[in-house]
Amino acid sequence: MKRVTLVVALAAMSTFVAGSVTAQTLKTVRDRGALVCGVSQGLPGFSTPDDRGNWTGLDVELCRAIAAAIFNDPSKVKFSPLSAKDRFTALQTGEIDVLSRNSTWTMLRDTQLGLNFAGVNYYDGQGFMVRKSLKVNSALELNGASICTQTGTTTELNVADYFRANKMKYEVVAFSTADETVKAYDAGRCDVFTSDVSQLYAMRLKLAKPNDQMILPEVISKEPLGPVVRQGDDQWFNIIKWVFFAMINAEELGVTQKTVDEAMKSTKPDVRRLVGTEGNFGERIGLTKDWAARIIRHVGNYGESFERNVGAGSKLNIDRGLNKLWSKGGIQYAPPIR
Amino acid sequence: MTGPGETAPAAPGRAALLADPRVRSVAIQAVLIVAVLTAGYFAALNAEANLRAQRIATGFGFLDNPAGFSISQTLIAYSEADSYGRVLVIGLLNTLLVSVIGIVLATIVGFVVGIARLSSNWLIARAAGGYVEVMRNLPLLFQILFWYLAVLSALPSPRQSLSLADSIFINNRGIVVPRLVFGDGAGYAVTALVLGLAATAGLAILSRRRRQATGHPLTLWWPALLLLVALPLAALAATGFPIDIDMPELRGFNFVGGVRVIPEFAALLIALVTYTAAFIAEIVRAGILSVHRGQTEAAYALGLRRPQTLRLIVVPQALRLIVPPLTSQYLNLTKNSSLAVAIGYPDLFAVFAGTTLNQTGQAIEILAITMAVYLMLSLITSMLMNWYNARMRLAER
Repeated sequence: MKRVTLVVALAAMSTFVAGSVTAQTLKTVRDRGALVCGVSQGLPGFSTPDDRGNWTGLDVELCRAIAAAIFNDPSKVKFSPLSAKDRFTALQTGEIDVLSRNSTWTMLRDTQLGLNFAGVNYYDGQGFMVRKSLKVNSALELNGASICTQTGTTTELNVADYFRANKMKYEVVAFSTADETVKAYDAGRCDVFTSDVSQLYAMRLKLAKPNDQMILPEVISKEPLGPVVRQGDDQWFNIIKWVFFAMINAEELGVTQKTVDEAMKSTKPDVRRLVGTEGNFGERIGLTKDWAARIIRHVGNYGESFERNVGAGSKLNIDRGLNKLWSKGGIQYAPPIR
Repeated sequence: MTGPGETAPAAPGRAALLADPRVRSVAIQAVLIVAVLTAGYFAALNAEANLRAQRIATGFGFLDNPAGFSISQTLIAYSEADSYGRVLVIGLLNTLLVSVIGIVLATIVGFVVGIARLSSNWLIARAAGGYVEVMRNLPLLFQILFWYLAVLSALPSPRQSLSLADSIFINNRGIVVPRLVFGDGAGYAVTALVLGLAATAGLAILSRRRRQATGHPLTLWWPALLLLVALPLAALAATGFPIDIDMPELRGFNFVGGVRVIPEFAALLIALVTYTAAFIAEIVRAGILSVHRGQTEAAYALGLRRPQTLRLIVVPQALRLIVPPLTSQYLNLTKNSSLAVAIGYPDLFAVFAGTTLNQTGQAIEILAITMAVYLMLSLITSMLMNWYNARMRLAER
């Protein structure tokens, strides 16, 4: 009896032992054998399950790239669909290893939540979608309109700022998930649907009459979307950062999924450093020499991933715009691997 | 050896203290309280240490920061520059609005349906029974979504609103009615109305006393009319009718002016009322059935008609059984109103534990405040109902 009570007391006490969420994420992921990646609950183009349950999307492929770099197997990822409300809490508590859920990089999120943003995999902005029948051509004509938005996102704040700055009145109807917002917009509850422009393209596909909608030209905010990790684990932070930079550098150097094996035999110094035939950059962050080659072989470079998921090769057909490489007029720029 | 009637001599020292059951029970309770408090203290310390280690912001200072977002229904003035503290108050007022109106309507509908189920008319009884069975068995969230989407899709867009007398408009953005704007002299009218209400209440009590003493109540309808309608009107007339009417008019996308009841509020209210009324109906039916059949027979023997019997004899006795479970249903309704987040109604949970939590990231503080607020609402409701229950108790002679 005494031993039982002692054991129970110790077990109860152990729940109070301060266990800080580990600064050993890479080790945890390796021991587990899979990466746990936080994604959205279904945003076409970024993270959505298909009818057989396989996840696809730009954010999904970033997670697969990380898994490829660590395990040489892009399927060793478990996807955890999260709402806008619990995405950061899940990361803070250690439920997920990385959050790849089209989350905007803001100062508050970077400094007050104990999190770090590891890059920007999509430069976006906020826009408005209206029905063509309203005969509106600009966001400045929306005085007095009803606007559907998702609650607790930067979207709500930006709409408030924009309408205040332009001295226009509006009514906001805020729902907790993107699907409910779209349903209410479709039912006619509001005139305008507002979100990041990439989400507008994606959500338009979920409407009853996608061709009756138009996306207004105004982009009212900066929305740099990217992966997020916990503070306190610099090695993991570096891994996520450089996995993404590797994908950009690969596109810059012209290394694609099809040409990566040739690139292993290349004599160009920057290609050799990228695919690992020269230097040991991978080992310095806990990965293998051919870490970048694994990424390109299994997932492809940034341009391929973009085109496949949100660009010309997909249903969204979004122009690359700001997301082109810096050398082609956009602002995707990665530090060199050397 | 001790014989019958003699107590054994007390054993000396500590053993004697512990052998005393009273001392034992007090000691155990004290130890338990200390253990719970210590556990709570350590849990709080642990949480604080973890938050600090991860550099997550803590503290209640965020309540002074500007909110930056807009809310679709605010009972008090609000702009995006107001603080999160004000958002908390607005959310609380919205929750109270839907809960109080919901409780009143659900009680009325519940009593009607409960009594209808006991009706001697076969159709009415079966219809009420069907209503109860259907409403109780469908999940509330499903019912809320149903009313919201059904209400929305049935109504036209603002540019094709249904209009009553060209002043009340119904569309899928809500119901817009003209608003009365009170000018300078309106205070007198309000005072007159309050005085009238107090006087009417006083008259009602007098009438009841008179009825209990002599069996004949006072005729109340014309004094009530005088006090509640004529008196305030007279006050208004004396100050020159300082009331302006703000008529709603369609400008651009929506109606400007007037007061608008948003469809989220209507859908949530209808869903909560119909759902809770089904449960209240069964409670009322149980209460009424619990009153002894002899009471009803005696009432009929005295010449009372069925509605009078119900009102004067049966229901007052049934209330003893009805009020405690009724309290639970009221608390359920208040807590169920937090499902408003599914349809975009800005109640406390949606704007504070939803939007504000997401914007500031301080989950622990916000959820603690929200839980404390709901707990307070529930405790106040049960306190009021318990006071009412105490009044309804059978007075023992």
